[in-house]
Formats: sequence, C-alpha cells, structure tokens
Amino acid sequence: MKKRAVVDRKKCAYCGACVAVCNLDANELVETYLEIKENCTGCGACAKVCPLGALSIEEV
Amino acid sequence: MYDVVVVGAGPAGSMAAKTAAEKGLEVLLIEKRQEIGTPVRCAEGISKTSIERFFEVDKRWIAAEVIGAKIYSPDMTEVVMSEEMAGNEVGYVLERKIFDRQIARLAAKAGAEVRVKTAFEKFERVGDKLKVQMRCIGEKIEVETKILIGADGVESKLGRMAGIIRTLKLDEIESCAQYLMSGLDIDPNYTYFYLGRDIAPGGYAWVFPKGENSANVGIGVLPKMAEKSAKEYLDRFIEKIGMKGKIVEFVAGAVPVYGEIETAVADHLMLAGDAAYHSDPITGGGIANALAAGYYAGLVAYEAVKNNDFSAEFLKRYDKLWKEDFGKKLRRNKKLQEKFLKMDDETLNKLAKSISGKNLKEMSVQAIVKELLKAHPRLLWDLKDLFI
Ligand SMILES: Cc1cc2nc3c(=O)[nH]c(=O)nc-3n(C[C@H](O)[C@H](O)[C@H](O)COP(=O)(O)OP(=O)(O)OC[C@H]3O[C@@H](n4cnc5c(N)ncnc54)[C@H](O)[C@@H]3O)c2cc1C
Ligand code: SF4
Ligand code: SF4
Repeated sequence: MKKRAVVDRKKCAYCGACVAVCNLDANELVETYLEIKENCTGCGACAKVCPLGALSIEEV
Repeated sequence: MYDVVVVGAGPAGSMAAKTAAEKGLEVLLIEKRQEIGTPVRCAEGISKTSIERFFEVDKRWIAAEVIGAKIYSPDMTEVVMSEEMAGNEVGYVLERKIFDRQIARLAAKAGAEVRVKTAFEKFERVGDKLKVQMRCIGEKIEVETKILIGADGVESKLGRMAGIIRTLKLDEIESCAQYLMSGLDIDPNYTYFYLGRDIAPGGYAWVFPKGENSANVGIGVLPKMAEKSAKEYLDRFIEKIGMKGKIVEFVAGAVPVYGEIETAVADHLMLAGDAAYHSDPITGGGIANALAAGYYAGLVAYEAVKNNDFSAEFLKRYDKLWKEDFGKKLRRNKKLQEKFLKMDDETLNKLAKSISGKNLKEMSVQAIVKELLKAHPRLLWDLKDLFI
C-alpha cells in the first residue's frame, strides 16, 4: 500500500510550515492552497510540524 | 535584463530590494501573495535598536512599546528584565501588516519594480546570467537577471533548489500558533515569556501587548518533542494561566531554529532572512536579522554589478557581512538552545529561583545567561566562554 499526506482544507491556515520540512519537494504552498504532489511518500514529517494538525497520512 | 531579482517581500526581501534600488540597480521584487504583509506570521516583537539602525520609525508601524520582559518558569517563578527609568522603552511590538507593506513601498519608491501574486518557480544558469521562471497571476513569465536573491522565508524552495541549504529536520524548526486577543487584563509595559516542557515542549509561550488591552498570545513547540499540535498546546496554555479575553485573529507559522549556516551564497545567488535560517535559535526572533541580511545582500549585489563578478567567491563578501553582524550570536544561541532542550521543568524552576528578584537591567538573552552563570557555574560551564 502506498502512503500519502492528505490535507484537511478546512483546518489548513496556509502557513507553509509543512513545506519547510519536506525533503522531497512534494508539497507546495500556492498562495493559500497547499498542493501535495505525486512523489509524496507519506513520511509524515509535514504532519508533525503542522501547527493545526491539518495533515494526516493515509493509505491510497 | 534585471540586475537583481528578489524573491519574497518580507522584511529581508524588501530591504534587499530597497538597498539595491537606492544604489541605482535595476531591481524586480516578486511576492507570491496578493497582499504584502498578510496573513501575518509573527508575534511582532523587536528591539528598538534593531529597527532604528535602518529606519526613522513611523508611528503607524508601532502597536506598542515595552520597557522590559517577564519570564516565568514552570512553577511561575518570575524573572524580570527591565530598564529602570520610565521613558526607556527598549522594545516595540510592531504592526507588521503595515510595516512589511511600508518597506516594500520604500523599495518601490527607490525604483524597484514590485510584482505581487507572482511566484518564483525555477531558475537556470545560462552563460553569465540566470533565467528565472515565475507564475504571475496564472501566467508563466521568464525574466533574465544577473543576481537572484532568495528571501522566500521558511518555505524557501529557492535555497534548497540551489543546494545552499538542506531541508529542516524536526528539531530545527518551531511550529507556532498564536491568537490576537482583546479584552485582556495585563500590564502593557512588558512582554511575557512562559517556559517549560509541559507548557511548550522545546519552545515557549508568549504574550506581547499590542495596545488597548490586546496582545499576541502564542506558542512555539519543537515538533520532535511535541505530542500534539501547536494549537492544542496554545489552547491548553491559555486555560492553564486563566487568561480571559476574546480571540480576534489567528496566526499559524514556523520559524527555523537551525543556527548558523556555512554559506548563504552560490554563483549568482544569495539567501537572506528565514530563507537562510537567520532567525535566532533561542528566541525565534527573525525580523532584526532579516532586515540586516537584506541590507547587506543589497549592498553586495551592487558591488557585484559594479565589478561584473557574480561568482560565489565574490558574493562571499555577503557571508562575511552577515556573519560579522549576527553569525556569532546564532552560533552561541544554538548552543544555548541545545542545552535548554535537555532541561526538565525542575531544572528550569531551580534556575529561575536562583535569579528571581534580581532586577536584570538589560533585556537580552546574554544578560540572563550571565546571571545564571554566576549562580550555577557548573550546570552551565560549557557556555561560559560563549557568553562572558
Ligand atoms: C508565530 C511566529 C511568531 C514570530 N514572532 C517573532 C517576533 O516576535 N519577533 C521577531 O523578530 N520574529 C518573529 N518571528 C519570526 C519572523 O516572523 C521571521 O523571522 C521574519 O518574518 C523573517 O522575514 P523574511 O523576510 O526572511 O521572511 P518572511 O517574512 O517569511 O517573507 C517571505 C516572503 O516570501 C514569500 N514567498 C515564499 N515563497 C515564494 C515564492 N516561491 N515566490 C514569491 N514569493 C515567495 C512569502 O509569501 C513571504 O511573503 C515569528 C515567527 C512566527 C511564525
Ligand atoms: S503546516 Fe498545516 S496549516 Fe500550515 S500550510 Fe501545511 S497543512 Fe496548512
Ligand atoms: S508526507 Fe513526507 S513526502 Fe509527503 S508531503 Fe509530507 S513531508 Fe513531504
């Protein structure tokens, strides 16, 4: 099973914290929209740094 | 073709653009947000001297002035740092929505071209210049430049793309949440800091007054040590100290607590501010260093254009300037942070007790550590040479 980060858009405050810790350049803050890209491995670093707990790692 | 393209219109980027434009360079400043300065990702505290060295302060930037700080250990032992005399306000709490915009305007006034809702995407080295691709209100555009300054904040894609910095690990970044609260019953002359693993693992909570009974009430936690989100810790802190007030704004963000990087340059490239991890590893404060770094980057850009030399070797002049200014402090405070992370709540209580009641006249991290060193030379012996 492949894992991926999933963002809860209703919680996300588009602060960019998660972008700072992604080693694979797998996420991007497009102004107020967090994009998570195909190459995300679900490593979970971004979920740990999110000030709002808006990210979860799910199996896809 | 531009002389300089600056990515990010925070304090570092606007300062770099302003400085380079004042020197007569062709400057483009791009910012991906549609409005500069919002949403705010900051508690807005800064010492007076750090801002007055660059600007004649405009009253509209200032939400409040403070004369000192009060620090609380986990058992609420208080340590007070303050200037004795009234009228000796040492710190400002800014209104960054206004401040950031004003610095960008000063850059524009000096001749820089400013483009908002314009995001940097990538760059390519072609001959002795760079091709920079960006997305401007949905459209792809490409410009050429001699120098590219990355002031794109904690997210900095540019720095990582250029291989100047590596991605932050979970013990090199503070995850932050903050409310602007109104209707508070606080003494507005002080900033307040609350320490302890239980309250804020690997960080601290703060209350920075913003005038009219309002304040920025926030928290930073180290993701490696935290078990919950920053927002959950913040809500718990507010409940714990029994703070009553209304929440009128919410802020989320992160700040690097990395320490000093080896170099902030590569051929044609310089990084400034949070993008270069210039924020302080113990306080998380980054506005002062961002302004200074931006200023130096603008100056060196001018020298590089004048000498027609854009090599990393030449741009190292910039490294020299920012390192002389605040590099030592970053190194020193990183050591202190490493020490602080190992202290449990009991140790913090003990340290606070030993200096509580001594009125520290100077509002600085150094002043506290010096005082602590007198009381606990053995506990802190390895910091001795750094702080005295
Ligand atoms: C909650 C919190 C509280 C803080 N409190 C304080 C404090 O009290 N005092 C203090 O001194 N510091 C504080 N800091 C730190 C301070 O906010 C930063 O150090 C400071 O803003 C750094 O300035 P900068 O110019 O380097 O980056 P920023 O201010 O982050 O600016 C970077 C800019 O670049 C833009 N950008 C990013 N990527 C791109 C792209 N690809 N293309 C175009 N534009 C882009 C961003 O939108 C942003 O506007 C705090 C930080 C947080 C999160
Ligand atoms: S860290 Fe959380 S709140 Fe911030 S942009 Fe990422 S998902 Fe959104
Ligand atoms: S889960 Fe890992 S790879 Fe995926 S976006 Fe988050 S940090 Fe990047």
